[in-house]
Amino acid sequence: MRVDHDNPPPNPPNQASAVKKTYTRPLDIRHGRIDMGHGAGGKAAAQLIEELFLPALDNPFLRQGDDGAALPLPVFPEGPGQLVMATDGHVVSPIFFPGGDLGCLAVHGTVNDVVMMGAKPLYLSASFIIEEGYPLVDLQRIVQSMGVAAREAGVPVVTGDTKVVEQGKGDGVFISTTGVGLLPPGVSVSGRNARPGDVILVSGTIGDHGVAVLSQRESLAFETTIESDTAALHTLVADLMAAAPGAVRVLRDPTRGGLATTLNEIARQSGVGMRLQEAAIPVKPQVDAACELLGLDPLYVANEGKLIAIVAPEAAEAALAALRAHPLGAGAARIGEVTTDPHHFVQMDTRFGGRRVVDWLSGEQLPRIC
Amino acid sequence: MKYIDEFRDGALAKHIAERIAAEVKPDHHYRFMEFCGGHTHAISRYGVLELLPPNVRMIHGPGCPVCVLPIGRVDLAIELALQHDVILCTYGDTLRVPASGGLSLTKAKARGGDIRMVYSAGDALQMARDNPEKQVVFFAIGFETTTPPTALVIRDAAREGLKNFSVMCSHVLTPPAIRAILDGGRPSAGPPPAGSAPSGGSDPCEAGERGGHGSHETAEIEGFVGPAHVSVVIGSDPYAKFAQEYQKPVVIAGFEPLDVLQAILMLVRQVNEGRAEVENEFTRAVTPHGNLNAQAVMDDVFELREAFEWRGLGTMPHSALQIREKYREYDAEARFNLGYRSVPDNKACECGAILRGVKEPRDCKIFGTVCTPENPIGSCMVSSEGACAAHYTYGRFRDIPVVAATEGAEA
Amino acid sequence: MCLAIPALLVEKRAHDQALVELGGIRKPISIALVPEANVGDYVIVHVGHAIGLLDPEEAQKTLALFAEMQSRTAEVQP
Repeated sequence: MRVDHDNPPPNPPNQASAVKKTYTRPLDIRHGRIDMGHGAGGKAAAQLIEELFLPALDNPFLRQGDDGAALPLPVFPEGPGQLVMATDGHVVSPIFFPGGDLGCLAVHGTVNDVVMMGAKPLYLSASFIIEEGYPLVDLQRIVQSMGVAAREAGVPVVTGDTKVVEQGKGDGVFISTTGVGLLPPGVSVSGRNARPGDVILVSGTIGDHGVAVLSQRESLAFETTIESDTAALHTLVADLMAAAPGAVRVLRDPTRGGLATTLNEIARQSGVGMRLQEAAIPVKPQVDAACELLGLDPLYVANEGKLIAIVAPEAAEAALAALRAHPLGAGAARIGEVTTDPHHFVQMDTRFGGRRVVDWLSGEQLPRIC
Repeated sequence: MKYIDEFRDGALAKHIAERIAAEVKPDHHYRFMEFCGGHTHAISRYGVLELLPPNVRMIHGPGCPVCVLPIGRVDLAIELALQHDVILCTYGDTLRVPASGGLSLTKAKARGGDIRMVYSAGDALQMARDNPEKQVVFFAIGFETTTPPTALVIRDAAREGLKNFSVMCSHVLTPPAIRAILDGGRPSAGPPPAGSAPSGGSDPCEAGERGGHGSHETAEIEGFVGPAHVSVVIGSDPYAKFAQEYQKPVVIAGFEPLDVLQAILMLVRQVNEGRAEVENEFTRAVTPHGNLNAQAVMDDVFELREAFEWRGLGTMPHSALQIREKYREYDAEARFNLGYRSVPDNKACECGAILRGVKEPRDCKIFGTVCTPENPIGSCMVSSEGACAAHYTYGRFRDIPVVAATEGAEA
Repeated sequence: MCLAIPALLVEKRAHDQALVELGGIRKPISIALVPEANVGDYVIVHVGHAIGLLDPEEAQKTLALFAEMQSRTAEVQP
């Protein structure tokens, strides 16, 4: 019989004295590291969840400790809505950057994906793949940040999973989040809905997140901090939808590939063209300067707390006002119009007075010398 | 941003454009070459062409160090990473250049090559200091603007006695390239580099006749917009001999679109007045003799190569640099005993003709179809200042008549 | 070719290093190639190095040239 030292067999009845409760040393978060045991589903894994994940992400669903979560769904008075689901993998490097980290990014990104469908975000799941040797103190920091972001967004992480991979097979931590939400009946927000004449709005300055992350690479470091704009946009979108009911055709957050790539995606999906005014596109002077130094174009740099809204022209003014009235939309601007174009070009009137195409991004945008 | 924004002023642009329109002779077709890829990029990005009258044509020149980098040199860099287990440091521009065997530096990285992008030569040197147990090689490309920083790190490495740092030098020179353009129909002078032989190429797409040699023609160019930052280093004096010998005006222009427009105006005036001089529009940064410190540093570390193969321009004598004997220890080609193999371009690729200004991107059969920024066949498409990439990214909408926009879109 | 940008030198440091400022951000670079540069000068920055100085007077002259109010009379030739 194998001896389980944590649970020694009870003393034979003719021996007196109670069995002492075993002492489990708490996680040494300050100095401890993830090891293969933490992903094995046994005691070590349970302890990790109990002492690190639960305190940070705390909510009644998670506390139940089941393999999944049974979740109540709100009911719309107008009738049954539709379930919206979105998923995202988060592999940002470095994990901690000015203005945010992998944890809050993982929450904001997926919440925003659900919100961009016009849906109310309800619940999140989170799957962690952690590299053997990753410091517990950093993991805690990430998960705590997730917890704060989830609470602020009102979207709890109701179920999760943890796996550990051998050292060298992961980049510290990868997080995959899936979010579900509910779309009210009659609401249709889709990349297919843009029509010629519609107005293109952006909720604020572009390029902040990408430059914040890139500037953390040693060789590109700036001594002035540019912060990521990572944020959950659900209240911003709620205000927008209320101000322009039925007139919001497309919502999308311009993440990887930036504003330019996202607009090209929408143009292709809707079968339209676009005409932008460069002078109207808001960019922070520091982001502009950083891009100049590195040879990057802010149009192609990632954003994590901004949205593009394409709205019917008669509602454009009200929509813009609603965005500007919200703290996350203070810098909102009207940047162009949707046009008829069988080639689906996104064109731009340059500040200089010329005209150019704003194309898809090819490959990764890299700093250049030429 | 000071000294940048003022030179991008749209109102002033219209002003200069009006003067160009007023001063061009209506029956004359002006053909100017902007030598420098940075100018090609600026012209495309700001839509400068739209502001020029139709009888002024800008031809894109070969001043793009990535565009003239032969496949064989990228192959050497890949060889270093994959076969010699070095840490290969490179500027971002070279990562996607297509090389032999369907590889590029990015693809070689995916195959396990330790290839790292750096912003500055100094970063490569730091990489060597931080990784004493590995060999670090810096893949140095660029014209005279980028060469002095490479020279500095070689001197620093020598001073520190670093044993694990070396440079694969692919630095090239501007005046010989201008001469090649001006020489036009003459066959390439000088023998091919020692040890080179045209290779069949292992990639079926790359097999084909060797393009360029003996079949050079160059567009009839009336004047040059001279490079901005190369001239900061070498000064405006070196261009005088071209103006005199070939009787072509040269106007050195700053990097911003207003600079380019003003330089075009100055070229139009020279042509109209029958002058062939070197003029400097970029007086705020370019002096007649240039940056003597930088020139001294380059001269200390580098010497002329006998000959060097340029993509699209063929092999040219005394047109590129190699590391001097006293710093030979830091020469990766010597340290790793690398043998250069010339690789011909894809048969359908017109990069050579485009670099010489003879053809336009649209003239290339594979432009925009097989050859795109996502799948670049030749280097004119890889570099963001290559003529093809610039045209594809910024200007190809002009090739296709676009259905009129709705009323709301007309500003 | 050479992506280079004028930036304000705000601090000189040891070993030919310096801090430049552009549009509100600050970046460390090398001034080994332009050792005569001083705080308050504008330098042209390329790949982390200053490669030349910018002459503010000449910059003003160039801007004035752009803004020339009189068009030169076009010389009409047969």
